[in-house]
Amino acid sequence: MPEATFLDSTELVLNMGPQHPSTHGVLRVILKLDGEKVMGTECIIGYLHRGVEKIAENRTYVMFNPYVDRMDYVAAVSNGLGYCLAIEKLLNVEAPPRAQAARVILTELNRIASHLLWLGTHALDIGAITPVFYCFREREEVLKIFENYCGARLTTHAFRIGGLVYELYDGFEQECRAFCDMFLPKVDEYEELLTNNRIWVSRLKGIGILSAEECKDYGVTGPVLRAAGVKWDLRKAMPYSGYEQYDFDIPTAQNGDTYDRYTVRMEEMRQSVRIIRQAVDKIPSGPIMGKVGKVVKPPTGEAYVSIEAPKGELGYFVVSDNSTQPYRVRVRPPSFINLQALDRMVRGGLVADVVAIIGTLDIVLGEVDR
Amino acid sequence: MADEPKPEGAEPVAKPPAAAAKPPAAHAPPKPPPTMATTPWESDLTKLLKDRFGDQILEFASYLGQNFLVSKPEAAIPILEFLKLEADFDYLVDITAADYPKRPERFDLFYILYSFGRNERIRIKTAVADGAKPATATTVHATANWLEREVFDMFGIQFEGHPDMRRILLPDEWEGFPLRKEYGLIQQDDRWVRENLNIESGQ
Repeated sequence: MPEATFLDSTELVLNMGPQHPSTHGVLRVILKLDGEKVMGTECIIGYLHRGVEKIAENRTYVMFNPYVDRMDYVAAVSNGLGYCLAIEKLLNVEAPPRAQAARVILTELNRIASHLLWLGTHALDIGAITPVFYCFREREEVLKIFENYCGARLTTHAFRIGGLVYELYDGFEQECRAFCDMFLPKVDEYEELLTNNRIWVSRLKGIGILSAEECKDYGVTGPVLRAAGVKWDLRKAMPYSGYEQYDFDIPTAQNGDTYDRYTVRMEEMRQSVRIIRQAVDKIPSGPIMGKVGKVVKPPTGEAYVSIEAPKGELGYFVVSDNSTQPYRVRVRPPSFINLQALDRMVRGGLVADVVAIIGTLDIVLGEVDR
Repeated sequence: MADEPKPEGAEPVAKPPAAAAKPPAAHAPPKPPPTMATTPWESDLTKLLKDRFGDQILEFASYLGQNFLVSKPEAAIPILEFLKLEADFDYLVDITAADYPKRPERFDLFYILYSFGRNERIRIKTAVADGAKPATATTVHATANWLEREVFDMFGIQFEGHPDMRRILLPDEWEGFPLRKEYGLIQQDDRWVRENLNIESGQ
């Protein structure tokens, strides 16, 4: 080897992952570095690919329902809601009002759980060890409600095509209210720990900026888009499941940096509490299942239905050929599409910020790879 | 299927399920139509597109309140560009495909678009033959990069002019395209598995 290699100023290629604690799963990122500076990245994904879309074509509509929970397993309830809404669209049925209210409550609880997991691990990546324990403590309360409702904590399979399968249990409303009362002050506590913390601010402010224009170009949605100043949320823009009845705000920020994404998600948790409180106060009575036959067999056609999942726009594009099995199910995963913007965000930054930016994108590799 | 517990609410309804809210003509006979029961889609936007693209666009249709247009494959990208620049459809939601092996043009390509300004979502649908190389949408929307790579990975549709036309979810050397209909559910690339994982596939 020539001795000059030590002083050579060529690019250094650094491999990160797939087994790396800060990649939140099996993401592999190949970083091209010039000293501390990131010159480019390449994401290697697919380690968790299970062929979910292929499985869908070989299962009936009903049988495929639990599979969708295994994509974004942190927000399984949202996945289930999107899938059920898409099939209900094809069948041209709507869930009864009581089921819709219960769906809203459970998905908003799930949004809180998902954001808590994001907050805990994001802070952990940056070096703040404490928040993760607090976040998991509160997340546990959400999971207990799920467990009481449907027996499962993570991959819940809470919804069925046409409505719900389980009636709300006794004390559901009280437990939800108690959770809201308990949780809201906790958000302030997290903010006390982090929002004005000097290390936190200096690690996040001005890092990984993605402007509104770039967000639209890359198809980035969810809190990342809102942090760039675009006041857009599918729950408001194209309401589903009766979201139009609830009064809530869309939190936004201006700079589109990692710190703004943090503040947006913190505020979103408060807004979710607002929605849950309103929904719990007026759960209508009535049936919980719409008029869906035992055999789900939508007429020939195609439909795209999307919801505001905790990570962004989660869409299902389903093609039916009037059989009991879907002809094609396409999942539009927010994590996959948001991850594509990673390269844009880290380029020119420092290698230490890569971890912060992966954390702030809030990806779940089960959904990226499907 | 049969053992899926269903609530009491879904008692054995009459044979055509979910027919209540549907227009009776489409659903009343026991056999629903084999094609999509679409209705024509007409608006200022379709007029604009018709003026600009003429017979390049084969159909403007609407199904379940969702509007889409069917175009010739070579017109898809110009339409995307036109919609982005002239009609404010600045967000490419998704690109995907579906496989119809019995048709001469076996793939349907779908572009799902959304406009923040108009709060409107539309789809562009176009049929491409196996081996045809539709033009890439990366020239119009950056997000098309990974989306087209995934379509290539799963269906084997190559996009002309794509900057990085490689597989994305499966390994680069993988044989076969899983979302084609002839690809079996438990089929895999045995050679790849043997060489890279050092195991017999057992299938």
